[in-house]
Amino acid sequence: MGNPIPRKQINEHIVEIVSDSGEGAQKAGQTFGNISAKMGNGVWTVEIIPAEIKPPARSPAGASGIRIRVGSQYMTNMGDAADIVVALNEQVLYSRIAAHAYKKGTVILLEGKWLTDQNPKIVEQYKTALQEFRDNGLIVHEIQMEEECLKYTPKPRLGKNMFVLGMICNIYDRDVKKAYNEIENTFTHKGIKVIELNQQLFQAGYDFAENNLEFHYNIPPWQTEDSKEKLIVTSGNQALGLGIMASGMDMVAMYPITPATSASHYLADVYHTVGGFVHQAEDEIAAAGFAIGSSFAGKTACTITSGPGLALKTELLALAVMAEIPLVVCLVQRGGPSTGLPTKVEQGDLLAALYGEPGDAPKIVIAAATIEECLHFVIMARKLAEAFRGPVILLTDANLATGVQPYPRPESKAEWLASPIDQSEWTKGMPAYNWDEKTGLSTRPIVGQVDGQYVLTGLAHTNKSKVAYDRESNQRGCEMRSRKLATLCSTLKPPKINGEAEGDLLVVGWGSTLGAIEEAISKLQAEGHKVSSIHLRFLSPLEPGLKAIFAKFTNVLTIEINYSDKADAPFITPDNRRYSQLATILRSQTLVDIDCWSNVHGQPMQPGLIYEELLSRINQGAA
Amino acid sequence: MFGLKSDWSLDIKTRYFALGDYAGGEARWCPGCGDHGVLTVVQRICRDKQIPPEKTVAVSGIGCSSRLPHYMGTYGFHGLHGRALPLACGIKSRRPELDIWVATGDGDCYSIGAGHWIHAVRYNMNMTVLVFDNSVYGLTKKQTSPTTPIGYKTNTHPEGAVLEAHNPLTTTLGIANVSFLAQTVDWNPNHLYATIKAAHDHKGFSLVNIIQRCPVFLPNFFQGYQDDPSRVLLLTHENGIPMEDKFARLFPTQKEHDPANMVDAYAIASKRNPLPIGLLYHNPAVPCYEDISSVGKDMGMEEKLAGIEKAFDQFAI
Repeated sequence: MGNPIPRKQINEHIVEIVSDSGEGAQKAGQTFGNISAKMGNGVWTVEIIPAEIKPPARSPAGASGIRIRVGSQYMTNMGDAADIVVALNEQVLYSRIAAHAYKKGTVILLEGKWLTDQNPKIVEQYKTALQEFRDNGLIVHEIQMEEECLKYTPKPRLGKNMFVLGMICNIYDRDVKKAYNEIENTFTHKGIKVIELNQQLFQAGYDFAENNLEFHYNIPPWQTEDSKEKLIVTSGNQALGLGIMASGMDMVAMYPITPATSASHYLADVYHTVGGFVHQAEDEIAAAGFAIGSSFAGKTACTITSGPGLALKTELLALAVMAEIPLVVCLVQRGGPSTGLPTKVEQGDLLAALYGEPGDAPKIVIAAATIEECLHFVIMARKLAEAFRGPVILLTDANLATGVQPYPRPESKAEWLASPIDQSEWTKGMPAYNWDEKTGLSTRPIVGQVDGQYVLTGLAHTNKSKVAYDRESNQRGCEMRSRKLATLCSTLKPPKINGEAEGDLLVVGWGSTLGAIEEAISKLQAEGHKVSSIHLRFLSPLEPGLKAIFAKFTNVLTIEINYSDKADAPFITPDNRRYSQLATILRSQTLVDIDCWSNVHGQPMQPGLIYEELLSRINQGAA
Repeated sequence: MFGLKSDWSLDIKTRYFALGDYAGGEARWCPGCGDHGVLTVVQRICRDKQIPPEKTVAVSGIGCSSRLPHYMGTYGFHGLHGRALPLACGIKSRRPELDIWVATGDGDCYSIGAGHWIHAVRYNMNMTVLVFDNSVYGLTKKQTSPTTPIGYKTNTHPEGAVLEAHNPLTTTLGIANVSFLAQTVDWNPNHLYATIKAAHDHKGFSLVNIIQRCPVFLPNFFQGYQDDPSRVLLLTHENGIPMEDKFARLFPTQKEHDPANMVDAYAIASKRNPLPIGLLYHNPAVPCYEDISSVGKDMGMEEKLAGIEKAFDQFAI
């Protein structure tokens, strides 16, 4: 190696590794993310997942990989266009280009072996693509990765990801010792030979980049090694699993569904270490029934699902509302309706979560806005479910589920755990629904409590859980169940305003769009625009004080990942326009003429897109 | 006593439960309905075995059968149509010490809840499942059920049911992990009691198909069997349903059937005439799912907190 290369200092970069599935791109990217987080950088990683398990090789639809955003500040979202992309074939890049993942000037490090492939068709495809990419402003460097790897292993397809890791670690001046440790941890169960081979491949990639690439960067850390908090790095679904364990819930009853299932995969591995159990039910309905049964018997349980699963669970959710059974439902949203976009993000289940059941079924609905909140909100959900004696839906989405981020490591707390079930004698004669008239709250008898015997029913019932068809009983039951939400609302604080409390435009968001919205708002605020944002965590009951907050802004706009009619679409008038879901709720609750900007592209909201949209609204005077 | 919790044995010594302790609200089934007899038998068994009412849960779906929990003095869960079994399994999963009774019907279990029936047999959780099989939807007023005989006229098939009736017995026998299957009739209280008691004694998922009269929508439907007991096939065996001779003698048609014999059980279950009653199949060795699902239920707080800390550490950087 020669003299140290001059490095350009940058604030952040977005890196992608894209390949056919099974080539280890995600492993390389996660390792890069971990090394970066350990070096004190802010990191957000998100996997690029094909919808099929084994899509055909070298096909645009088969693009599998990972995006890593690394910066000198805390990262909250996946950002906009990528800066550097490593691609193991040219075809997979097409789908990323179609997803607007790249910009003019994005650097592509492309496996060059296809130019000399024995199949003339592949050679032709490769040449055509290369020309197209360059014509569109991408800067393509052809690199003989396979050839380089063949120097160390006869099976380069398996180790090429480590070569790639080495290259990007060199480009960004990552700590080599930390990289060696990560590789050792990854392959520790495969033995020393495998570890060494992978470290060699890493080093080869590192040296190759050092000697052959002319761009090298330095991304300063945002936290020094000393000031650094203890961090953990998880996906949103792993965070859900950790939260479920830390909440002391006894059981998760689930049925496989994308993108929720990986939370259960994680739990299935470790839940037993805290005495918990994952039940894979025969269907979504049975999963909810099993959890409700367990909860009726005193062991608050959880079910994890996605949109189509929620639809199937509807009737049992209504039962949990009607009979006041604590239940936590983690709803990892994907694109809908119907089977929709199973692997892609949408915030399309809000109204279904709130109003999916026939009849009046008031329930608590909360939404996590960050991966860290996925962990903490499950703990809160269990407590709410028990305190308010009913179901709590916790909304997350595919963006949070598959995103990976470092965040402060929590300390487990005894008060987070569910208390042991009460088996003391029930006060004889006290009704099973001893509703407090003011709050609607009551304590439930748990099976095993002497003199607590009652028959839980989904039929209209009196406070003694006796079936009652008379008008007063049904009215009263509905009132008591609804009153609980008002009671909870009375304990909530108005949302924190990001920015000034008055101005031209207030953006309202919920769920995983938090980071992208706040990033765009910060940029606009720095440019002197009078914009602020709030982000709702409680959707039912709604956080208090919204109308007063809205009154201080000329315009209020929700930004959401769900469908809304564009205001200028054919036949659309202010009277028939279908607004995005949060906007619909806010309009009806506050009578404020709230606008919305939303799409159903199946992609996380990007700060750059939000910025452009808001800027154009400001410039048109619409904001 | 070994194997019994101390509080349990103390309970038995200090508390005696009479029939009234198992009685809830007044039963509102139609006069002459077979459900009344089943309710009485369940209450008698609870009394005879002195099961603490607070440790007992009667679970049901929706339908005439499923009103049973309301008439019990135990805890009860009157669930949703077809969903009694997932609810019951969930109750049992982390509270295996509870005594679970499930009341369901031919529509609730064999039609809308059919998927759960198949899988609940496979879970083999220890509970007594009584299917009130009256061959008709009663609560919604005479629609065709899965066990309505072909040709029988109902409000949904005024020209007669168009499909061959479902055979829940052979279906159950075909499910992996089936551990207890019996059939009885509501009009013979002795056989009814003995069968349900045997089901309750079995550790595992005991399914009892109770052939049952609906005097309103299928009057005299089973009159032929009642008038001519030879049309009923009484299954006998030392490992079967115990019947005193004086009662067994009333059945002219009998067959000795070893409930361990699956092949014979299937052959017997395949025929409706004569109508087999007794223990069709019994395998006490099938593992119960609650023995898996309840592992860790009593873990202490310290151990849990240590486990959570370890889980956090796995993601530490």
